[in-house]
Amino acid sequence: MSVAMPPPDQTVLARRERIVAALRAIVPGEGVIAAEREMRPYEADGLTAYRQLPMVVVLPETTQQVSRILAFCHAKGIKVVPRGAGTSLSGGALPLADGVLLGMAKFNRIRDIDFANRLAVVEPGVTNLAVTQAVEHAGFYYAPDPSSQIACTIGGNVAENSGGVHCLKYGMTTNNLLGCELVLMTGEIVRLGGKHLDAGGYDLLGVVTGSEGLLGVVTEITVRILKKPDGARAVLIGFASSEDAGECVSKVIGAGIIPAGMEMMDRPAIHAAEEFVHAGYPLEVDALLIIEVDGPRAEVDHLITRLEAIAQSCRAVTCRASRSEEERLLFWAGRKAAFPAVGRISPDYYCMDGTIPRARLPQVLKRIRELSEAYGLAVANVFHAGDGNLHPLILYDANKPGELERTEKFGADILRLCVEVGGVLTGEHGVGVEKRDLMPAMFSEADLNQQQRLKCAFDDKGLLNPGKVFPTLHRCAELGRMHVHAGRIAFPDIPRF
Amino acid sequence: MPDTLRPRDAKDVEAAVQSALAEGKTVEIVGHGSKRAIGRPAQTDLTLDLSALSGVTLYEPEELVLSAKAGTPLAEIESLLAAKGQQLAFEPMDCAAIFGGAARRGTIGGVLATNMSGPRRIKAGAARDHFLGVCAVSGRGETFKSGGRVVKNVTGYDLCKLMAGSWGTLAAMTEVTIKVLPRPETEQTLLIRGLEPAQAIAAMTAAMGSSCDVSGAAHLPADVAVRAPAGEIAGGAITALRLEGFSPSVAERMRMLEALMQPFGELASTDETLSRRLWTAIRDVEPFAADGPARSALEDERALWRVSTAPSRGAEFAAIVANAADAHIFYDWAGGLIWLTLDPGEDAGAALLRRAVAATGGHATLIRAPASVRATIDVFTPQDRAVAALTKRVKDSFDPKGVLNPGRMWAGV
Repeated sequence: MSVAMPPPDQTVLARRERIVAALRAIVPGEGVIAAEREMRPYEADGLTAYRQLPMVVVLPETTQQVSRILAFCHAKGIKVVPRGAGTSLSGGALPLADGVLLGMAKFNRIRDIDFANRLAVVEPGVTNLAVTQAVEHAGFYYAPDPSSQIACTIGGNVAENSGGVHCLKYGMTTNNLLGCELVLMTGEIVRLGGKHLDAGGYDLLGVVTGSEGLLGVVTEITVRILKKPDGARAVLIGFASSEDAGECVSKVIGAGIIPAGMEMMDRPAIHAAEEFVHAGYPLEVDALLIIEVDGPRAEVDHLITRLEAIAQSCRAVTCRASRSEEERLLFWAGRKAAFPAVGRISPDYYCMDGTIPRARLPQVLKRIRELSEAYGLAVANVFHAGDGNLHPLILYDANKPGELERTEKFGADILRLCVEVGGVLTGEHGVGVEKRDLMPAMFSEADLNQQQRLKCAFDDKGLLNPGKVFPTLHRCAELGRMHVHAGRIAFPDIPRF
Repeated sequence: MPDTLRPRDAKDVEAAVQSALAEGKTVEIVGHGSKRAIGRPAQTDLTLDLSALSGVTLYEPEELVLSAKAGTPLAEIESLLAAKGQQLAFEPMDCAAIFGGAARRGTIGGVLATNMSGPRRIKAGAARDHFLGVCAVSGRGETFKSGGRVVKNVTGYDLCKLMAGSWGTLAAMTEVTIKVLPRPETEQTLLIRGLEPAQAIAAMTAAMGSSCDVSGAAHLPADVAVRAPAGEIAGGAITALRLEGFSPSVAERMRMLEALMQPFGELASTDETLSRRLWTAIRDVEPFAADGPARSALEDERALWRVSTAPSRGAEFAAIVANAADAHIFYDWAGGLIWLTLDPGEDAGAALLRRAVAATGGHATLIRAPASVRATIDVFTPQDRAVAALTKRVKDSFDPKGVLNPGRMWAGV
């Protein structure tokens, strides 16, 4: 592990026995796990290069228990790391040696489905896909669809503001929430939003979403559900260059079309996927686009015709529109299996997640190829082309000495490149521990300090998920200090009326 | 009159806030001042007029992004977008109708700071959902940024969400980046005549629960419909459902929607021109305009409220109010947004509205009332103790000395 975590508080570790006993008094039975062997499954999340056993694992079942656990930890100065299903790709749920790991998996009930108001009230441990499954009998679904949707939980989705292939048209998690119940580090329970739209005061729900478990622990979430479109079709388009594919994407948007999904793959990703699932992808092209449109039949057919014309105008080498639902799903099968497909051709791979202004794609891909040669590590690229979210997969072998470290350096170079061209460090996977030390590439000290002041408003002792997101930890008192220079000349030189 | 400062650039804004801090003075932030009469009346030492921070700094239609200085006129941005076949999908309102004065005023900073979204909110999201990046000066006199210029970004806390709807109480925004979207090729509106509010909400619920992709759903009772552009064809209450998109799609969805709505009442449809006029009127709350033809002469003296509740509770909310007061009411957002006017009385109907909100959930904001009334009651929905305390701590984290728009939302915030 190459990321330094806050040093364990020895005084807390010395009190471990008593802490475990106190937690057992709050959550009886098997809800507290303290044996090393049983804590093993919690030592890492989806970013498995980083591992750490927690001090103790607690699996509460009620909001009151969460409240009492947090109040206890707040009073005693004990750190807490919340965890959903542990599918984070940025180490957001990486435990701390002196921290309580708060697993929310037992919050797995759907509390209310309200079709009239087009919403569902769910507990945070419910999986993303289970929300859709609970409402699909009435023709509804929950729009955000991260590729881990079978396993990942809504609570984790809120923490990470998860996206998915359909977020260009339907938004990320933050655009599909109405309310939540949140437990603060003090144990206080607050309700934000509800069944209505928009906040009546500060949009605290909006800032909690994507806060990576640093502001509070969500115990109930109200999500919007949507009626399923009548149909969908996809078109599979091959190009001789990523420039041509990029031009096609721009022309689609320029024509006023917002596809339900618009994905790009480069040659290594196409080959890996095709060998794995035999989706019928063209192998002689340098870039492949999958563009999907949904809606009523007349709209879908109209748009497919327009997409085909745009593709031809951008020198498409191959172009196939799906003629059946089976064919549409086959087009997607390759893209959806891209990560495991790359996993088949390499002992290990490392998935990056930057976003760039789309027009800079050819330049970024060229630079990634150069870096790939310099580092001696192969890369396959998959790209949410509509919104500029790039997922380079770096192929490596963890058993070869030094290769993981080289991979991490290569990854950091890619993310710095994303920021240089006007993009950002992470489009949907979160900062976590993985990109924490790159934050200064994007934000100034003043930017980061203001973000940490906001954290202080929620968590005055910095006990909730410390060591994530922010490269440098400051005490709240230090951050809150003001340096007002009295006696300066008032309003120097500003026009006044 | 408080002294007015008119900074030329972001550096000036920073200097102005720092100087205000040094002198212990409070600051009211304004753009064009088009929404200045909303909220608790300002009693500040200084006015910070950001209207000189104007100009679009980046517009890339194919990337769906636009950046502008905070004081850029909304009208300028909308014209620029229209020329490229794009728009702000959250349909920001023009406040000229409800407050009087010149049309098409307001800045992009003001639109975002108030997070007021129009009829398309139910399909396309609110202003906050299109707010990608911000550069601002906090009440500490420090410049900070958050977000970026790409549509998909989870790097750090999403402070844009916090700026949206904070009414200038946290920071003075200097530059913003927003997501822009294609303008629909065409639109049509289906009208259902003569429904009672509860029936209308049932009809709108059925429409929203269909795959017709409705982008506007409003109900105007008879007393309000006569003041709306489509009133002449209705001759009574109208329930309006808007479809937007590519022509073949709108035509097919209109057939689906007509079949679905047939059981609810007599149907009529509008052409594109009338549809646009009708939804502009609903967006701008024209039926409750301060001054205009065919309005009650006293309308501008009536208190105007904007209420967000669960759509299924909309009619119940309205009934609680209508049973206790002489109210004019109409519904947008499929019943979830209620605009109503009341005889102002002593408290602009606040006690009644708060009671109704407590019964149905949601929040109510007093949009128009004399300053003397706004000074004495809660303009925004009062918060429970825990949320109020958290709100205050958030305010302090940006503006510990209470320099920026103090008290605009709540006393002490």
